[in-house]
Amino acid sequence: MLDYILRATDIEKHFVGVKALNKVHIEIRKGEIHCLAGENGSGKSTLIKVISGVHKSDGGVLEICGKQVSQLSPKEAMRSGIQVIYQDFSIFPGLTVKENIVFYYQTATGAKWINWKMIRGKAMETMALIGLHLDPDELVENLSVADKQMIAIARALVNDAKLIIMDEPTTALTHREVQNLFRVIKGLQERGIAILFVSHKIDEVFSISERFTILRNGENVVTGDTSELNRENFTSYMTGRQFERDSYVRDVTDNAVAMEVRNLSLKNGFEDISFQVRKGEILCIVGLLGSGRTELALSLFGIRPADKGSITVNEKTHAIRSVNAAMAAGIGYLPEDRLTEGLFLLRSIADNIIVSELDALTKGPGILDEKQCTAEVERWGKELAIATPNYGNAVQTLSGGNQQRVVLAKWLARDMEVLILNGPTVGVDIGSKHDIYHILEKLAAQDKAIIVISDDLPEVMMLCNHVMVMKDGRFIGDFDIGNITAEKIAVMVAGGEKYETMED
Amino acid sequence: MKRLVKMNETYVFVVLALLCLLVQARSGQFFRVYNLIDLLVALIVPAMFALNTHVVIASGGIDVSFPCIASFCMYVVTRILQMIEYQGSVVLAFVMAAVIGAIMGALNGWLIASFRLPPLIVTLGTQSLFTGVLMGVLEAIEISGSKLPSCITSFGLQRLYETVNPENNIITYIPTSLLILVGAVIVTYVILKHTMFGRSIFAVGNDENAALRAGIPVKRIKIAVYCYAGLVAGVAGIVRMCITKFCHPTNLTGIEMEVIAAVVLGGTSIAGGKGSITGAMLGIALITVMSNSLLLLGIPVQWQTFCTGILIIFGTGLSAYQAMRAGKKLMRRTKIQPAEKPAAEGGQTA
Repeated sequence: MLDYILRATDIEKHFVGVKALNKVHIEIRKGEIHCLAGENGSGKSTLIKVISGVHKSDGGVLEICGKQVSQLSPKEAMRSGIQVIYQDFSIFPGLTVKENIVFYYQTATGAKWINWKMIRGKAMETMALIGLHLDPDELVENLSVADKQMIAIARALVNDAKLIIMDEPTTALTHREVQNLFRVIKGLQERGIAILFVSHKIDEVFSISERFTILRNGENVVTGDTSELNRENFTSYMTGRQFERDSYVRDVTDNAVAMEVRNLSLKNGFEDISFQVRKGEILCIVGLLGSGRTELALSLFGIRPADKGSITVNEKTHAIRSVNAAMAAGIGYLPEDRLTEGLFLLRSIADNIIVSELDALTKGPGILDEKQCTAEVERWGKELAIATPNYGNAVQTLSGGNQQRVVLAKWLARDMEVLILNGPTVGVDIGSKHDIYHILEKLAAQDKAIIVISDDLPEVMMLCNHVMVMKDGRFIGDFDIGNITAEKIAVMVAGGEKYETMED
Repeated sequence: MKRLVKMNETYVFVVLALLCLLVQARSGQFFRVYNLIDLLVALIVPAMFALNTHVVIASGGIDVSFPCIASFCMYVVTRILQMIEYQGSVVLAFVMAAVIGAIMGALNGWLIASFRLPPLIVTLGTQSLFTGVLMGVLEAIEISGSKLPSCITSFGLQRLYETVNPENNIITYIPTSLLILVGAVIVTYVILKHTMFGRSIFAVGNDENAALRAGIPVKRIKIAVYCYAGLVAGVAGIVRMCITKFCHPTNLTGIEMEVIAAVVLGGTSIAGGKGSITGAMLGIALITVMSNSLLLLGIPVQWQTFCTGILIIFGTGLSAYQAMRAGKKLMRRTKIQPAEKPAAEGGQTA
């Protein structure tokens, strides 16, 4: 009988109206490196939170070291040896290295008094374990991201961890830092500590893990040994096989060019980007975070003006140095993070819809025409089927999908030529996703040019006419949608040739 | 040594020393014993306020109601002692003030922690509330020296050391109430530095979510912080009455901004989670010396607030500038790197 450190069976978790986990199971053996993979919204984070006691599960059985636990609190999870290293590391930047490392140990033991000598000793001892050489009296805020992460790992070790869960630990690390992290992880494994490594990067899954579990839409897809996994089936496990659903097909080759970008460059962002979008076309730009995709979008919208190159909209070349200039040129932008960048969360739905066209809704100098405003709000509310009893409600009362519709309405109301959408369906439930696709298709049918930045491949395949693949700040591929498969895009995006280098 | 150079406390100390030397050079009177004693006496109550403010700001909060709590405690305790014609030790006055102050502080903490209300708004509200109760319900009026309870006046006259100014034969003395400040500093220091409660205050001030994940009872910590602040403020109210030998219900109002500024000047981050008692004490010393020495410098009293303002803006501006530069340096070390060499890690999907 194998020794399981953690066994979760039939875990269920619902949030208001959404089933985040549906009978999910995962088993982690002692001392193994287990990879939990899945796309955004697949339920990875929710599962971690259930395992670590942050969320209570709505069903299922959780066993830690063979013992069944019913109501797990974060403190109990820690006591039974489960430690989570969150993406933000949950460290205290204003405290010293030594104190950060020993903090969880202190709270777990329930100590009332502080023994600074012990803290220093324990911190030094633990740092030595993972080969970390830092001044224990340095403030953590003065450290690099990689060092902060090491602090979080050291902190887990002090607390006698048996299982360390790392939530996408490589996000902000450089290549060398990633390698160092992997070395440390292997070292932990030698001490018999199991690692649950959460990632959706194919290279990492191959180079570090022994076994893997893949989730999709809150359900188990597959569990097995990494050695049985290859690039192609990994991708299809991750994304599902619904690629050939009714795609949006539209011949736009005869349409006028709505926007043309030539040799656009931004230092530390992207280089020599050229493309054109025709009226009625939906162009997808696919790339990972750090590929320059967001920088490109920000440059097109004037938030971070490009250093070089030209942007032409409707045959007029515009110097887009500011958001106002971009808007005047007829460009709209739906930001990556609608909550912080796209919406005034506390203001009403109505205010959010009309905010980008306020100047058109006036009677007399600077006075809003209430009647016109209401008419606009109702028009777009109906058009986009925003589900709310009252447009006066704050936007934050809406679900993710409905919030995204409000952001869309904001730009549609402005009647622009080119709409750039950055991750339009991230964090949006499936139903709303399809509604948003439908809205975009309708817009394209009205001869708007649409640029979608996305890494959701099924979405890309379904939605767009044309795909550009972006990597390291450059376009590395340019395909009509009929000539490419999602698997090929996935390999290009991840950069297949890179993963051997992770091994060393 | 390197750390000493980086520390905010060092800067404040240097500025304070320079100011002292400047005043000495201009007036030749700064380092006279009676002047130093005057300064010390003027420092006692603000320093106690700086203590409670430091604790609150370190927890990531803010409290502007403490002068009102101090006044309230001062007045109510006096009234009760008058009523029962109390003749015993002054200890009772302090205990009563501490309890009343703690309860008032707990009200702040409860509103802030339980209803997740912004601390500035809550304490602005309770500030008015406390003053309102004092003036409206209790109909507070000034109580002058002769009518004060005997224990207050006699404790106020108790001294550790006295000296006579040879020029005008005025006696200056260090009141025993200095010991209350010393005691408060020691207790607060021990709590902040050597108890898990104290470290949790800083942890909460740093990152509330991370503190929750670390298993810290954030809500309880917050309530306790405001409770402690109220307690210290209440005691400070009695100390003030002992030193000034009269009881005025509203003349502390307005000191809160000066104290908060002094504490921030001393390196307590207004965002919470950082700072030291040493810094807070140096900050309040700097402000106090500044406002008390302008006359010696030949600057008219009317300019006092102006100078304090300049000091605060420059002082806090300097630390904000340092923080900004440190942040930029860090960005350069972490963020830019992957952009220069993005090929390496394959990035991630958002």
